[in-house]
Amino acid sequence: MSDSTPSDPQTTATEPVAGQDVAGAGESAQEVIEVKRGSFGVIGTGDTSGFGGLVDKIETEPAASRPYGGWFDDATDELELALADRGLPATEAIERIVIEHGEITYHVRREHLIPFVTALRNEPALRFEWCSGVSGIHYPDFVGKELHAVYHLTSITHGRSIRVEVSCPDTDPHIPSIVSVYPTNDWHERETYDFFGIVFDGHPALTRILMPDDWVGHPQRKDYPLNGIAVEYKGATVPPPDDRRGYN
Amino acid sequence: MSDTTLDFDADVDASYTVTGNDWQTVLPAPEGEKQRIVVNMGPQHPSTHGVLRLILDIEGESVIEARAGIGYLHTGIEKNLEYRSWVQGVTFVTRMDYLSPFFNETAYCLGVERLLGITDEIPERATVIRVLMMELNRISSHLVALGTGGLELGALTAMIFGFRERELVLDLFEMITGLRMNHAYIRPGGLAQDLPDGAEKKIAETLTLLRKRFKDTSDLLVDNAIWMARTKGVGYLDLEGCMALGISGPVLRATGLPHDIRKTDPYCGYETYDFKVPTENTNDSYGRFLIRLAEMQESLNLVEQCLDRLRPGPVMVADKKIAWPSQLAIGADGMGNSLEHIRTIMGESMEALIHHFKLVTEGFQVPPGQTYVRVESPRGELGVHVASMGGTRPYRVHFRDPSFANLQAVPAMSEGGMVSDVIASVAGIDPVMGGVDR
Repeated sequence: MSDSTPSDPQTTATEPVAGQDVAGAGESAQEVIEVKRGSFGVIGTGDTSGFGGLVDKIETEPAASRPYGGWFDDATDELELALADRGLPATEAIERIVIEHGEITYHVRREHLIPFVTALRNEPALRFEWCSGVSGIHYPDFVGKELHAVYHLTSITHGRSIRVEVSCPDTDPHIPSIVSVYPTNDWHERETYDFFGIVFDGHPALTRILMPDDWVGHPQRKDYPLNGIAVEYKGATVPPPDDRRGYN
Repeated sequence: MSDTTLDFDADVDASYTVTGNDWQTVLPAPEGEKQRIVVNMGPQHPSTHGVLRLILDIEGESVIEARAGIGYLHTGIEKNLEYRSWVQGVTFVTRMDYLSPFFNETAYCLGVERLLGITDEIPERATVIRVLMMELNRISSHLVALGTGGLELGALTAMIFGFRERELVLDLFEMITGLRMNHAYIRPGGLAQDLPDGAEKKIAETLTLLRKRFKDTSDLLVDNAIWMARTKGVGYLDLEGCMALGISGPVLRATGLPHDIRKTDPYCGYETYDFKVPTENTNDSYGRFLIRLAEMQESLNLVEQCLDRLRPGPVMVADKKIAWPSQLAIGADGMGNSLEHIRTIMGESMEALIHHFKLVTEGFQVPPGQTYVRVESPRGELGVHVASMGGTRPYRVHFRDPSFANLQAVPAMSEGGMVSDVIASVAGIDPVMGGVDR
C-alpha cells in the first residue's frame, strides 16, 4: 500500500455515527442514515485497491424551506390551519417537510399520526380521500429511527398527492394504525407488520398476511438474510446472490 | 370432540395454520345455532383466479361471512430486488402481476428514472413504444379477465374467444420482445431493443382483426340474458365503499367516477393522446364487464395513435453511464450480443470495454432518495415506492399492486349473497395472485 492510503476511519476523531445529527442543530438538520465504508465489498487486509478506506455518509434529504413552490405552500397552509383547529400545533406534529423529485413528504411524529391523517382526509380544502397503503423501510444504522412507515395519500378532489412518513425505533416498534381513518390500510399494515415487524397499534387483527402464520422473523428487514443456495453449473459454483460481491 | 381438540387456554407458545380438514378440530360445533358450514374455496380451485383461498361461512346457499386468504404465491420478489442491480430488477418485477408485465416494468423504470433524474431524457421513440406495449397489454389482460370470467360463469365461448384473441396479442409480444410473458423489455433509460422489422405492419394488421373479433365478443355477451342474470346487481360496491377500501380500476369506474391515472396524473405523455375514460353507474360486475370492453376499444385507438407517432430514433438514453452498452442480434448460436459490438470493444476501444464490463457486472449507481410512481394498470393503481441509498442495488422497492388492495372488497361484495355470486364478484375484481402475493 502506498503512503497515500487514507488513515483508518475507525480511529478518526470526527467519525460520523449513524443516527447522529450532522450539525447537532436540532430536528431540522440533516441526519445520517447510513455510513458506508470501503468499496467493492472488500473489508480488511485483502484490500489492495486503496478504496477500502473510503467513508461515505448517506444523509436524510435536507428539510425544505418556504416557499415550497406550486400547490405545496397552499396545501401546507391549509394543513396547519386544520391541525390548529384540532388543537394540534403543526410544529409539534410535523417533524420535517422534505421535497424531492417534485414530491412532498411530511415526516410526522408517530403519536400525532391519527389526528394528522384525519385532518388530511376530512378537511374540505385538503380532502386526501385516497390512501395507497403503507410501505416499510428498514434503516438498521439510523439509530432511534430504524423502522419507517411510508404512506402515499392522494386527493382525487384536488388532484394532489403527498407522502407521509413516520418512524419508530427498533426497540419500540409501534406506530398507530390508521385503519380507522383509511380502512384500505387493513391489509397493507398487515403486510408491513409481516415483513418489518412494525406493530400497528389499534389494528383490528394484526396477523401475518403473506408469510405463513408460524413464520419466525420479518423477512424484509435488512438483518434477515436472503438465504440463497449456491448453484453448481458445469463444474463451477455460483454463490447465492447475498454472498456475491457487492459494489455499494 | 376428540382428543385432538386444541386447548386454547393452555400456556403454550404455538400457532396453528388452519387448512383443509383441520377445521373440525379447531372450531367447536355451534350450540343452539343454525348450522353453519365453513367452506374453503381454494387455494386450488379453477374459479379463484390462481391460488386465492376464500373462506366462506355459509348458511344454506347464503354467504354469511367471506374472508380471503392470500400468500400462497409469495415469492419474495421485493426482497430479491435488494440483491440485484437496478437493471436486473426489471426481470423480477415483470413476474409480479404476470398478466400485465409491461405495466410492472414501466412503473419500476419510471421510478428508477425519476431517481436518476433522467425522466426528460428518455427518447421519444422509447416512450411511444412503452405506451404501445402497455395498451396492447391492457387488451391482453382484459381478454383474460373476460375469458376466465366467462369460464367461471359457464360462458365457455367467451373463454374460447378471449384466449383466441389474447393469443394474437401475445404473438405480437413474442415478435417484439422474444417472449410471450416475463419480457423484461422495458429497461431503466429506455428499451432493451427496438421494434423488429415489419412489427408496425403486423401490429396494424392485428388491430384490424381485433376490431372485428371484439364485435363478436360484445355481440355474444352484452345483451345475453344469462350473462346479465349472473352479473347484474352482483358484487355491488358503491363509490363510498371503493374510496374506503382503496379500490381502483374498472371496479372504481363502475361507480361512475372517471378516475384514471392516465388522465389525473399523466405519465409517458398520456396527456397528449386522445382517449376517453369509460364509466358506468351500475356499481356491479356487469358494469365492470362493460368498462373492460370499452377500455379495449380505447386501447385499440391508442395503439393506432402510437403507430402514427413512431419516428426513427434511439430507444435508449444517450448517457453511456446508464445505457446498456450492447445490442442484441441473432448469431449462429441464437440471440446474443451483436458481433459488431464485441468487435468494437475487444478490438478498438478499451474504454468501451471497461464501460461494458462495469455496467454489466456492477451496474449504475442511483442517487439516494425515494419516489413513488403510479401507473394505471388494467386492474387499477399500480404504485411503486422506490428507495435508493446511492448504491448499484435498490435499497427498497415496494409494489402497491391493485389486485392486493382490490381483493379486500371480497367480503363487502359477497357477504349476504349466494355462493355462486361470490365467483361473479371475484371475476369482476379480476385479481391476479402473482401481483397480490409478489
